[in-house]
Amino acid sequence: MKLTGRAIFGGNAEGVALVSSTPMSFYGGVNPDTGEIIEKGHELQGQSVKGRVLVFPYGKGSTVGSYVMYRLAKNQVAPCAIVNSKCETIVAVGAIISEIPCVDKVDIGKIKPDVHVKVDGASVEF
Amino acid sequence: MHLTNEEEHMLAGEEGHATQKAMQILVALGDIYGADQMVKVTSVQVSGVSYKNLGDAGLEFLSELAEDGRARVRTTLNPAGMSLTDWASQGISAGFAEKQLAVIDAYRRLGAEISCTCTPYLAGNEPRFAQHIAWGESSAVAYANSVIGARTNREGGPSALAASLTGRTPLYGLHLEESRRATHSIDVGTLLWYPEDYAAMGYFVGKAVKDGIPLFKGIKLASLEELKSLSAALASSGGVAMFHIEGITPEWGLCSDEMESIPFTTKDLAETEAQLNDKGDPDFVSVGCPHCSLVELATVAKLLDGKRVGREFWVCCSREVKRQSDKAGYSQVIEASGAKFALDTCMVVAPIEEMGYRVVATNSAKACHYLRNNGLRVRFMSLEDCVQEATKRG
Repeated sequence: MKLTGRAIFGGNAEGVALVSSTPMSFYGGVNPDTGEIIEKGHELQGQSVKGRVLVFPYGKGSTVGSYVMYRLAKNQVAPCAIVNSKCETIVAVGAIISEIPCVDKVDIGKIKPDVHVKVDGASVEF
Repeated sequence: MHLTNEEEHMLAGEEGHATQKAMQILVALGDIYGADQMVKVTSVQVSGVSYKNLGDAGLEFLSELAEDGRARVRTTLNPAGMSLTDWASQGISAGFAEKQLAVIDAYRRLGAEISCTCTPYLAGNEPRFAQHIAWGESSAVAYANSVIGARTNREGGPSALAASLTGRTPLYGLHLEESRRATHSIDVGTLLWYPEDYAAMGYFVGKAVKDGIPLFKGIKLASLEELKSLSAALASSGGVAMFHIEGITPEWGLCSDEMESIPFTTKDLAETEAQLNDKGDPDFVSVGCPHCSLVELATVAKLLDGKRVGREFWVCCSREVKRQSDKAGYSQVIEASGAKFALDTCMVVAPIEEMGYRVVATNSAKACHYLRNNGLRVRFMSLEDCVQEATKRG
């Protein structure tokens, strides 16, 4: 299936989907050194975002989250791409400064966990 | 989104890597929030200065931008995590200080003024009515929009910095008059005796209206200090970026057709003040969140005259206001009591919880909110009571 949304930060990437049905906070929610999701009680707690196509509705929490995404990229443990239903400021800024391809305005409910996903500009194929 | 030729050049990287990144951020935000063009800004206030909040990630990003990025408009900074000169006497560790000074050095290379205050409007960065600006620091955003009538959205650290490096911000939200209309009418049915009452009212109303725009009715007078406290409280319990006060603030005539009406009573005031108080004997007292004005320093000096403080007492203000206070003779009285000026920083962004303090007395509702998030207990009281608490024996 191929979905077309809006490119927040353009680029190509492919990887295995890591899907969260709930919003994500990078600040305090993801370990910037390892990429592990550490938010207590989060459905993906304990999993790593490293190299994955990270799919979630939208970001939440502190604006410092943008800088955490940057640190993940510098440590080479960032997701290879991000797909949102509605991208907000924290994730948009984080994706741009970290140069992580990011697409929003797609129906993320169609993307099943662990499928192989290709992101190219505004399109998401799986 | 329509971009001018100059903006296209910035986006294409013809004016360097940092400017390109900045323009990418602004274009993406403009697309998300439906802006169809950029607007030039006259000043920027950057939040995200304390190393406690930025961490190594923020420091790395700022250092990268500083390689070829330069501010195009007047750019001032939020408070840092320590005094930039007297950090050792504040009890800050050398490791923290080294990182904090590296953050400041990056901002200096980026062309920011090392002002480090949450009240830029008291320290020379004074926008005028209807000017477009891009400010972080939520209390200053609410003050600039509401009291001055300048126009800014609530910027995060990176988006404010992006505005500084390009001199622009996307034209949406509070930059447009139609978005500046009141959404809630607050019927103030109680007398507000102290500046702290304005803070408590702001805390109550911020919770109720979230990111709405309240119009306060029934307030006869409000001093700069009261408006400053109100701005800070509204922006901490809620996401308020603008408010109006009937007959007082410049754009109070802007209303929505249908406003939700919320009463604020004597009981609400008492309950809010009670909610802002935890149990415990304060081991740390601080005033100046937002940073003290000269009038507040005059009051602190008068109250401290001839007394000695019996516990750690921080008086937070900008270097500019401290300079005025030195001239007026207030600083000498304050320091003679053993109270400490906390310049460039405040009790919220300095790592005081790591310095062993547990219970903080303050006259700021905003400080109570954030200190609790940092795991401290708080006591909310008037400026007079804060000084009395600080000068208690034993």
